[in-house]
Amino acid sequence: MTTTYDGTPPAADTAAAGAARPGGRDVQGTKRLAALLLSPTLLVLALVIGYPVLAGFRESLYARGEGLDANGFVVQGERFAGLDNYTAIFHGDRGDAFWNAFGNTTFFTVTTVVLETVIGVGMALIMQQAFRGRGLVRASILVPWAIPTAISGLLWRWIFQADGAANAVLRHQILWTADGFQAKIAVVIAEVWKTSPFIGLLVLAGLQMIPREVHEAARVDGAGPLQRFRRITLPLVRPALLVAVLFRMLDVLRMFDLPAVLIGVNQKSVETLTMIAWFEASNLRYGSAAAYATILFLYIALIAYLFVKLLGADIIGEARQHSKRTRRNRPVKGRRKKVTA
Amino acid sequence: MRRIPPIGAPRTTGPLVTGPLVTGTVVCAALALTLSACGGDGGGGSDGAASTASLTGRGPITFVTGKDRSGYLQKQLDGWNADHPKESVRVIELPDEPNDQRQQMIQNATTKSDAYTVLNLDVVWTAEFAANRWLTQIPKDKVDLSKMLPATVTTGQYRGNLYAVPSTSDAGMLYYRKDLLAKAGISAPPKTYAEMWSDCDKVQKLPEGKGVDCFFTEVNKTESITISAVEAIGSAGGSIVGADGKPTLNTPQAEQGLEFLVGAKKDGRMPKEAVTLDTEGGRRYFQSGKLLFQRQWPYQYALADKSDGSSKVAGKFAVAQLPGPNGPGVANLGGHNLAISAFAKNKATALDFIRYLTGEQSQRANLLATSQAPTLASLYDDPEMTKKFPYLPVLKQAITNAKPRPVAVKYGDVTAAIQGEVYDAVTGKKSVDQALTDLQGKLGPLTAQ
Repeated sequence: MTTTYDGTPPAADTAAAGAARPGGRDVQGTKRLAALLLSPTLLVLALVIGYPVLAGFRESLYARGEGLDANGFVVQGERFAGLDNYTAIFHGDRGDAFWNAFGNTTFFTVTTVVLETVIGVGMALIMQQAFRGRGLVRASILVPWAIPTAISGLLWRWIFQADGAANAVLRHQILWTADGFQAKIAVVIAEVWKTSPFIGLLVLAGLQMIPREVHEAARVDGAGPLQRFRRITLPLVRPALLVAVLFRMLDVLRMFDLPAVLIGVNQKSVETLTMIAWFEASNLRYGSAAAYATILFLYIALIAYLFVKLLGADIIGEARQHSKRTRRNRPVKGRRKKVTA
Repeated sequence: MRRIPPIGAPRTTGPLVTGPLVTGTVVCAALALTLSACGGDGGGGSDGAASTASLTGRGPITFVTGKDRSGYLQKQLDGWNADHPKESVRVIELPDEPNDQRQQMIQNATTKSDAYTVLNLDVVWTAEFAANRWLTQIPKDKVDLSKMLPATVTTGQYRGNLYAVPSTSDAGMLYYRKDLLAKAGISAPPKTYAEMWSDCDKVQKLPEGKGVDCFFTEVNKTESITISAVEAIGSAGGSIVGADGKPTLNTPQAEQGLEFLVGAKKDGRMPKEAVTLDTEGGRRYFQSGKLLFQRQWPYQYALADKSDGSSKVAGKFAVAQLPGPNGPGVANLGGHNLAISAFAKNKATALDFIRYLTGEQSQRANLLATSQAPTLASLYDDPEMTKKFPYLPVLKQAITNAKPRPVAVKYGDVTAAIQGEVYDAVTGKKSVDQALTDLQGKLGPLTAQ
């Protein structure tokens, strides 16, 4: 079913592409023009993304502010440390702290993204239904996403404090904000509450793209609601869902503000990789902080790559297919033009 | 000649005060002469000369401080600006969180920016800022330190040199419910832990004492647990980092101190939720009437004494020295010091401004307006002040006997290590011995000079 549906747009695309390229300008010239037109963008990207990444990597190879001189002053200047900042991360106490934070980061990513996906899809299905008060429901579902993370962190801290709402509802005293496993749960709950609407929103957009006729046809064929959800809704909403999940994963891997505000920094149970990098930087070990950040960067890149490879979440895929198709079509068009001329 | 504020001395001078006033004026005059010799325009003084010569230049400056919640600071500055139109001070307010303030000051220092002139530093930052050469050394004869409480002056020094002038102070006190103690027939607050526990037992037998927790000191994993540990270990006669800068946790005193914190939690003397309560959480707990003894900062006094219904214990509590194992305990020093950024311009103005803010007139006005503890000893005995702030005599004694937190250039790492190990001991994840051994091992490299 997916293929039949996917088959329709290319025709329109090629038509658009054909219309956008008037006259007989040669391919080489077009490419040069494209490069020229894109160069300001590329320059800006190199400045705001390329340079910081490289500067961060360079920083991670240096160490400074080590040791005091005879008068108690910190020795000035930086020293090339090679990979020392990286190897130090995996040794001794710092190794334990790193693997603890690595575990926390991964745990948060897996648990929150799974829960958010389930809840987010549920929210989208509700938001899509036509019923009285739909606008109100849509708005209220989106409220958590609209609240700044630091503020929602504070809100949840009130809820989770010893005499707070959570314990009052549970009628059981759990010390949520104390360092321990329950703190992880608190962070997961707050994070899921905050970001499920994001997935809900993107999935809702995906749902609205599904033509009504497909559903009607299935209903006529006698498919039940569950069957329709599994066989029609899910496959058709999959591209939007995968992009939403990918974004969420990249976001959670960088999580800092929520656990920092809700539980606090330096808390073993909720310390993430960004929090360690932050701690290193705030204690003036910029080289070491950059090393942590670089490792996190590689981890995120790996996860993103695996995700795209295994699940085929195609963020740039449409564009790629599009260019492939146009390339395939171009000679045909050229010949046709020659014929008409 | 520019007007220079007198050091400290009030107008109502007796013969006793005249001495320092005269010397102060002489110093000021000498300073002013040097400065006019240097020439009025900024940038005249280059570094590399003697430390006194670097305090040159006059003109507008900035005062960098954490968020001023009292709203009184601007009035203090207006007072200065009215008298010094050419050397006006502009306030730069940093975030409320001490750590964010430190971050921004460090950023300013690492870029060698002259945007910040006078820095309002937390007492524990002095070593780090001084060791990184971010502060201008202040010659000790340029400020009148003799009238300040000696413990506060120590916090502004690094390796015997003065880098910051104490402007406000702070120390922990024992808040106790005098109404409940009186009901139980106890006339004086406890001086030792044993007395405190027996007082608790007596009060908890009363019908009014039902559901009242015995004692609370902050043990949540923040800077507060470091303070609690310093106080507990100091009260037992020990220290975390000794006078020679080496960790001293392998002593019986350190063990006795930490045992107290761990025991108070384990034996149920502290509320069950103690590990989640921060400073404000502790205040709410005390104000709700559920606590008999509490270690807390002075700021709580006025708030807990409010009769607008926000506090159930208004008029029912008093303060005393912290108890210890064998007699009065030792409080920890808080507070703020004023320093001059090494990269600032107009350092002569900055020094005058620091003298103005730490002078008696300003400190008196500040105490009245904000109830922040002053650093001048005389204010603690001033009848007008003690009438308004009855806790001042207790606080003075607490500050006089107080111990500072470990002085370390890598203070951030030191306190994180202390927080981790002490928290593990208090929550029972580690034995006291194990936690102390681990902490001794961690602090060794961090405090290596």
